[in-house]
Amino acid sequence: MKHLLSIDELTTDELQELLRITPSFAEVASRRIAKVPALRGLTVATLFYEDSTRTRLSFEVAAKRLSADTLNVSVASSSVNKGESLRDTAETIEAMGIDAVVVRHASSGAPWQLTKWLDASVINAGDGWHQHPTQALLDCFTLQQELGSLQGRHIAIVGDIKHSRVARSDVSAFTRLGATVTLVAPPTLLPPATETWPVTVSHDLDSVLADVDAVYLLRMQKERMRESLVPDLREYTALYGLTGARAARLGPNIPILHPGPMNRGVEIAADVPDLDQVVVVDQVRNGVAVRMAVLFMLLGSGNSGLPADSLPAAMAQASQAPVSADAESEEVSA
Amino acid sequence: MSEAYLIRGGTVADAVETRTGDLGIADGTIVAVDDLPSGAIEIDASGCIVSTGLVDLNAHLGEPGDEAAETMVSAGEAAVLGGFTTVLAMPDTHPCVDTAAVVEHVQLLGAHALCNIEVAGAITVGNKGENLAPLAELAEAGVRFITDCGSGIQDPLLLRRALEYAKPLGLTIAQPADCEALSRDAHMHEGEWSSRLGLAGAPAEAEEINVMRDISLVRLTGGRLHFQTLSTAGSFAIVSAAAQSGLPISSEVTTHHLRLCDADLAGYDTNLKVTPPLRAAGDARAAMSAVAAGRVDVIVTDHTPHTTDRKERPFDHAATGTVGLETALAAALCSGVPHEVVLRAMSWRPAELLGLGSPEQRSLQVGAPADVVVIDPNETWTVNVAAMATLGTNSAFEGTELTGRVRTTIVGGRLVVDQGKVAA
Repeated sequence: MKHLLSIDELTTDELQELLRITPSFAEVASRRIAKVPALRGLTVATLFYEDSTRTRLSFEVAAKRLSADTLNVSVASSSVNKGESLRDTAETIEAMGIDAVVVRHASSGAPWQLTKWLDASVINAGDGWHQHPTQALLDCFTLQQELGSLQGRHIAIVGDIKHSRVARSDVSAFTRLGATVTLVAPPTLLPPATETWPVTVSHDLDSVLADVDAVYLLRMQKERMRESLVPDLREYTALYGLTGARAARLGPNIPILHPGPMNRGVEIAADVPDLDQVVVVDQVRNGVAVRMAVLFMLLGSGNSGLPADSLPAAMAQASQAPVSADAESEEVSA
Repeated sequence: MSEAYLIRGGTVADAVETRTGDLGIADGTIVAVDDLPSGAIEIDASGCIVSTGLVDLNAHLGEPGDEAAETMVSAGEAAVLGGFTTVLAMPDTHPCVDTAAVVEHVQLLGAHALCNIEVAGAITVGNKGENLAPLAELAEAGVRFITDCGSGIQDPLLLRRALEYAKPLGLTIAQPADCEALSRDAHMHEGEWSSRLGLAGAPAEAEEINVMRDISLVRLTGGRLHFQTLSTAGSFAIVSAAAQSGLPISSEVTTHHLRLCDADLAGYDTNLKVTPPLRAAGDARAAMSAVAAGRVDVIVTDHTPHTTDRKERPFDHAATGTVGLETALAAALCSGVPHEVVLRAMSWRPAELLGLGSPEQRSLQVGAPADVVVIDPNETWTVNVAAMATLGTNSAFEGTELTGRVRTTIVGGRLVVDQGKVAA
C-alpha cells in the first residue's frame, strides 16, 4: 500500500487492519510523552489548497507523534485559478525530498493526478466532493467504540450528500464493514444515480430515526440556498435538521456523529451538540490515532512487509527508544 | 508538383462500387491506367483499401491565435497522415472568423497546409451569441458552414433569425446541442460515474432539449441545420426520426464518443475531458449502431489541440477537447462496422454536405479529382501523441492500440503521405 486515496481502493482486509492497529496508536497518543520514533527521519508535507485547520492539524499531530518531520505547504487557493499546473507543484515537492504528501484539494481527483508526478506517498485529506478516506476511518473507529461492531447496524447519513466527500467515503466504509446505510436528504441534495449506491434513500427523517443505531449529520453549507437546491435554511432545518424534539425521540443511547465544523441551529439544534451521545470530540481525538495508523502503514514497518503482529513489539521498542528533539514545523509557501 | 502514380493491387472502394484493381493518377485527376505517362510512380496497395480522401467537418486548427497548440502546417500534416484531404476549420479562433477579411486570412494560412482547408464562419459576431455576423459577406467569401461552436446558439429567437436569414445564402447552420442552463459548471456526463467520482455532471437531457428545440425551429423556418458532435442515445433517435420525416437536418458524432465512455474517467485523465462529455456506455453503443445504420451522417474528429499546461490541471480546471486527426480513421475502422460504412461517414457524406460534390461525382472514375487515400486495414499500432504531427499533446486515445493506418494520401494529385510518413 503506497497511497491512501479512497476507501474504495482499500481492500476490506486493509480497512480492517487499519482499524485493528488504531488502538495501539491511540494508546501512544494518550501517553504523557506522546511520541515514538517510528517515522524518525521521514518528512510528511501537508499540501492544503483548501483551508481546513482541523484536518491539517490532525495530520500534523499524528506525524509528530511518530517523530516524522512535518512541513506545511500552504497554497493560496487563488493560484489554481491563476492557472498553476498541478505538475509544477508536485515537482516542487518532489525536489524537497518529501516522503508523504497529505493533500486537500477543492477539485475531485487532484490526489490521483498528483500520484502521476510524485514518488512520495499521497494521502487524500479530502478532494472536492469525492473522497475523504481518513474521515471515514475515524468515523468507523468511533462507531466501533460506540456500537462494538458495525455488522448489521443501521446508520442514517443526513444532509447534503451530493456535495459531500465524507458521505461518499462513509457509505463505502460503513457498508463494507457490514452496516446498512440510509441516506436522508431532499432530492436536490442527493447525487445522481443513487440506485447504484449500496444504500437506501429516504426523504422522511422522522421515520428513519425511529429505526437507527447511529445518526451521521453532514454540514449544510449556506451557498446551497443561492443555487436553489433548498428554498431556505428554516425549511431545511424543519425537514432535515436534528432538532431538540428529534434528539429527544432518538433517546440517549444512539450516537450522533458530525464531521465538523457544525452549523448550530441548521443541521443540528443549538443545544443538541451538548448531549452525551454526541461524539464529535471523540471523532476528533480518534482522528489523530487513525492518521498515525495510516502514516505508519504507508511509511513505517507496515509498508516494509513486517507482519502486523509485530506492531505491539515495534511500539514497545519505540517507546523505549530515545526521542529526537522536536522538529519544528516549517511554513513553506508554494 | 503533380506527378503520375499507379496505385496497384488495392481494393478500390468509392460510393459507387468496390472493385479490385489499379488506379491511375496524373495531372491532379484520375486517369485510365492505359493513359498513364511512362515513368508513373508505382504505389503498392495490395491488402489495402483505396478510397476517396477523407473529409473532416469539425476541427479546431489553432491558427490564427493559438499557434502554440497547432498551426496550419502541423494540422495539415496531421490531417493527411490521418487520411483527410479536406478539413473544415472551425471559426472559434482569435480573431474569430466573423468577417470576410478573417475568412480570407484563414484561407491564406490554409494554403500552407498539406490538405485542403475549408473555412467555417461564425453565426454571430465574435461567437458571442448576440448579433448575427455578416452572413452574406461570409457566404460570398466561400463559407458554406456557419457555427458558434461551444454550446451553440442559446437564444431561440436568434437561432430562428439565423436559420431564416441563412437559407437563401445556401449556408448550413451547424451547431452543438447544449442547453447551457442545464450543463453549466459540469465537467462530465451526469450519471453513475459522476456520482461516484464526485464531479458535477451534465445530464443527457441538456443535449436532447436543444436537439428538440432546434428541430422545431428547422420545421418553422425550413433552414438547413447540421447537428455537431451528438452524443446521447436520445439525440440519435430524435434526429434520425426528424431526418426521416424530410426535414433538412444532418448530424455528426466524434470517434471518441463512439469508442469511449464516462467510466473511462475513473483515473481523472484530463485528456478524456471533452465537450460534449463522454457519455454512458449505452450512449456509445447507440452511437455505434446509429453510424452502422446510417442514422448519423458523419464521423468527425472534433480535433482540439492543447498545450500540456492546459491539461495538467485539476480535472475541473482542465481544458476540454482531444486531438483526433491522426486517430479518427483507425478508431472508427476497428470499432466493428464495415469499412464502407466508415468511408461513407468520413468521406462521401461529409464531402456532399460541404458541397464538394456528390458521392458519384467524387467517386474514383476517370476525370475525378485525385484526392485519394490508401488504408492498410490490418496494421496495428499504439497511439503515442508525442510521435504525432499535431502540436497538441492531448489525445483521448493515448496508449490505445488501434488497427488500421493510412499508407498513402494524395491531395489534388500530389503525394503527401508515402509509406505512412509525410512525403518530403
